[in-house]
Amino acid sequence: MSNIPAELRFAESHEWAKKEGDLIVVGISDHAQEALGDVVFVELPEIGKVFAAGDAAGVVESVKAASDIYSPVAGEVVEVNEALGSEPEALNNTPYASWIFKIKPSDADADLAKLLDAAGYKAAIGE
Amino acid sequence: MGQRTPLFDLHLALGAKMVDFGGWDMPLHYGSQVEEHHQVRRDCGVFDVSHMNVIDVTGSQAQLWLQYLLANDVARLQSPGRALYSAMLNNDGQVIDDMIVYLTDSGYRLVVNAATGDKDLAWMQAHLNDFDVQLTAHPELALLAIQGPHARSKIAELVPNARAELIRQLKPFEGRQEGDWFIARTGYTGEDGLEIILPAVQAPSFFNDLVGAGISPIGLGARDTLRLEAGMNLYGQDIDEHVSPLVSNMAWTIAWEPAARQFIGRGALEAERDAGVASKLVGLVLEERGVLRAHQVVRIAEIGEGEITSGSFSPTLSKSIALARVPMATADRAEVEIRGKWYPVRVVKPAFVRHGKTLI
Repeated sequence: MSNIPAELRFAESHEWAKKEGDLIVVGISDHAQEALGDVVFVELPEIGKVFAAGDAAGVVESVKAASDIYSPVAGEVVEVNEALGSEPEALNNTPYASWIFKIKPSDADADLAKLLDAAGYKAAIGE
Repeated sequence: MGQRTPLFDLHLALGAKMVDFGGWDMPLHYGSQVEEHHQVRRDCGVFDVSHMNVIDVTGSQAQLWLQYLLANDVARLQSPGRALYSAMLNNDGQVIDDMIVYLTDSGYRLVVNAATGDKDLAWMQAHLNDFDVQLTAHPELALLAIQGPHARSKIAELVPNARAELIRQLKPFEGRQEGDWFIARTGYTGEDGLEIILPAVQAPSFFNDLVGAGISPIGLGARDTLRLEAGMNLYGQDIDEHVSPLVSNMAWTIAWEPAARQFIGRGALEAERDAGVASKLVGLVLEERGVLRAHQVVRIAEIGEGEITSGSFSPTLSKSIALARVPMATADRAEVEIRGKWYPVRVVKPAFVRHGKTLI
């Protein structure tokens, strides 16, 4: 059973999203990191890049494979977690403390409402 | 559901993440593939490789037949216990499989790959011709690999005296029968270690004893990164029925002498050699962050293009490495395309780590 914090929203593609002031913080779920295995490289999006909800925004590479990360909400990337460059395994060790990027959302409430809550995500991953 | 080795239930009990490998349900890792990799390089670990196939070759013409069947020459095995690595080629000189051949007291023992077992046996049977040879497959045997710098000393403490003595005496690339076990000092990791072929019914308790003695179980994930660092080919990925040993870093396994030995594929290999071999298998090292993967395109300025055959992250080197087939004229620099961008890579001999030491 993976860890699914109640205060987060989840995309079916296994990203989590959290409201932080005016911004949305994005990472990958515990279930995702476990499925990926040892993460060895994270390709971060460029600051200033604008995404629609569901756009490929970056890549997480584990020893096993490369997986796209999709932006769960629309908006502009304003911050990226550079620390993942030297410590990509943080995504394995602390998936909910290890954010990947922060977005200034164009319509946060509408996009967040389309995401799954903890119970919905738990059901989606069959737990 | 795939085929299962005798250790299937134990893998589950040890928390393995299982994957399909050549039709077999096998452990990918038991938690962390990278940790398992380090465990083998620094200490030792045990792999279940019972999905591989053991075939014994007996009969008065066993040697003569294998000299016809294989590109390497089993006559090089001077005394029982000695082993060699060889390709088995088709008539076009391309690789049907690669294998280890041991000379035993009663004939030869072949250990071939998992997914190719049926194909190999069919090919062998179709080429028995009039040779006085008997082939015996051994599905009732299990195969465990215990690899790492401390593998032999740790195993020697866990087995009866006669086996411990054999384990101490075995030279690299030797294997011998001891009771109903066949113990060989071979492996697929670039470290010292053993491969033990034993009755399947004994495998779970022996595997359990090893784990109980603190020898970590290691999955196929780490097996792949260990063999990649060691620069060893994986059948179905770096070599297959579309390439010859000449373009696969396996020229050393072709025994051209004696010139009169007419092994299957010889004519095609000679033609390829005489025409000038077009490509070669090399190692690539990515100095920037990122991960090289199979099938990415390799570009060599003013020379041409090649392709990665195996790529991953090297836990020992903390950077990405790959095997790639590139034009023969390739020197020491190339570029690889990763998601639309070109990254510079170093071209090196295809061996990155051996016996815990970095070679590049």
